[in-house]
Amino acid sequence: MPAAVQFHDVSKHFGALQALDGVDLSIEQGEFFALLGPNGAGKSTMINILSGLLRPSQGSVEVMGFDVIKQYREARRSLGVVPQELVFDPFFSLREMLRFQAGYFGKRKDNDVWIDEVIEGLGLSDKAGTNMRKLSGGMKRRALIAQALVHKPPVIVLDEPTAGVDVELRHMLWEFIRRLNADGHTIILTTHYLEEAEELCSRVALLKQGKIIKLDTTANLLRTMHGKLLQLKFSGELPAALIPMLKEKNPEGYLLKLDEVSALEHVLVNLRQADIALEDLRLIEPDLEDVFVEMVGKSS
Amino acid sequence: MITPSMVGAWTLFKKELLRFWKVSFQTVAAPVITALLYLLIFSHVLGSHVEIYPGVDYTVFLIPGLIMMSLLQNAFANSSSSLIQSKVMGNIIFILITPISYLEFFLAFLAASIIRGVCVGFCIYLVSTLFIDLPLEHPWIILAFAFLGSAMLGAFGIIAGLWAEKFDQMAAFQNFVIMPLSFLSGVFYSIHSLPPFWQKVSHLNPFFYMIDGFRFGFFGVGDISPWLSLSIVVFSLLVLSIITILMLRAGYKLRG
Ligand SMILES: Nc1ncnc2c1ncn2[C@@H]1O[C@H](COP(=O)(O)OP(=O)(O)O)[C@@H](O)[C@H]1O
Ligand SMILES: [Mg+2]
Repeated sequence: MPAAVQFHDVSKHFGALQALDGVDLSIEQGEFFALLGPNGAGKSTMINILSGLLRPSQGSVEVMGFDVIKQYREARRSLGVVPQELVFDPFFSLREMLRFQAGYFGKRKDNDVWIDEVIEGLGLSDKAGTNMRKLSGGMKRRALIAQALVHKPPVIVLDEPTAGVDVELRHMLWEFIRRLNADGHTIILTTHYLEEAEELCSRVALLKQGKIIKLDTTANLLRTMHGKLLQLKFSGELPAALIPMLKEKNPEGYLLKLDEVSALEHVLVNLRQADIALEDLRLIEPDLEDVFVEMVGKSS
Repeated sequence: MITPSMVGAWTLFKKELLRFWKVSFQTVAAPVITALLYLLIFSHVLGSHVEIYPGVDYTVFLIPGLIMMSLLQNAFANSSSSLIQSKVMGNIIFILITPISYLEFFLAFLAASIIRGVCVGFCIYLVSTLFIDLPLEHPWIILAFAFLGSAMLGAFGIIAGLWAEKFDQMAAFQNFVIMPLSFLSGVFYSIHSLPPFWQKVSHLNPFFYMIDGFRFGFFGVGDISPWLSLSIVVFSLLVLSIITILMLRAGYKLRG
């Protein structure tokens, strides 16, 4: 069984800028995989090489065993792509657009049933005849997902599918994508939300400046980057016992790093002993930027 | 046997057709009205003073040139505006990520341009025959020039659409290339009425051959032999098509 997606030593230059630097990556069929990285890490560049929008400066890429350049027809038939930008064709309605898209992949009239199923599954039934221009941002996002599915590709790639999407829709999309994966589709998504990768994906690649700096199961990765941040607001000095946990002093007060949730206990005890009246307390999930700073700090 | 690739190319062609058909008021009705205005004004101003071919009324002389000019401009507009719009909007990627090959892409865009050009030309013909009796000496020559001319400008439109990155670059292309070529091609006059220098310049303009050959189809008279025109048009079409196909194959400004 070929890998769903395979990158062999892929590099990409834009002039002097090296967007990808020797990426090797193999994603198995049926996986739910996340490409995680800060803005500019090269996630979209990887996706665009996969879909044929960009050509690698070096190396080769396969989708379901088909080379994306030499066997581009087979490779593209195996791939559904949800682009990062909310692009659309203002001339057509949602249903027209989906039917055209399916047609480009060689699908004929008998595929229309599937298109209506996808429209329904994404909650767009009442918008099927509406011009794309008149859809809201969230609807356009869903339309893009529908568009990636019209030809029933085994591998589906979503480039930041939930960027700029409200919480409710985000959960609906997660549910939908999970169902696709359960139905046997390989899912690859890029994100810079740790939470998203954590919630959905079984394996994660961390990308930084065009290099994969970490590739592991989500469970293993979270174990190495556990911990939360605690923002405290009070007047007075931080008790000496808490200074080892101090991450930064900011205008709001003190930001402490908790290695585990039970450390919260320790903080509260020390604050009480020092007779400090808390004005505010906020637990913050580490965001990826923090994790990166940490990971890169450790790895160098 | 209908293969998936054929379905893909056919779908792209249908999409390109529907794109202009949905706004046919702008893409068909407007150019027809413009051509009729030209006809009205020029024939009114010059009609009684000029006789270019013996026995052919100026107004009658004017119509084939106007038809051809509109046909060429609209064939160009179809592929160029579709490409520049989908590049600027970003939706060109919907086509680029499909199995459609560069050759299929070329054929689909070219065919849609031909239909748009011929459709506009035919409408102008129909409307003008309501008022004026137009001879049809060689219908096959008329059709040949209509198809070849719109194909040539369809290909030219793809080149321009690939090259331009913004709407104003496309407008510049229209104003500084397409307009001069179409107005200096003998639509409104026979080039024999020009000074020798400008006659020579006109001979470098491929639009001149398309219009002269097309007009020959109606009157059986032209400034030069229709076979020479036909050869030059076929040759130009081949050259433009090869350039277009090479650009598409290289993914020029499409795939980075
Ligand atoms: N077409 C392009 N031309 C020049 N530079 C580009 C192009 N596309 C991406 N880049 C650069 O490559 C790097 C990686 O970008 P990208 O893959 O979009 O990152 P990500 O999706 O992880 O945010 C960035 O520095 C970006 O500015
Ligand atoms: Mg990106």
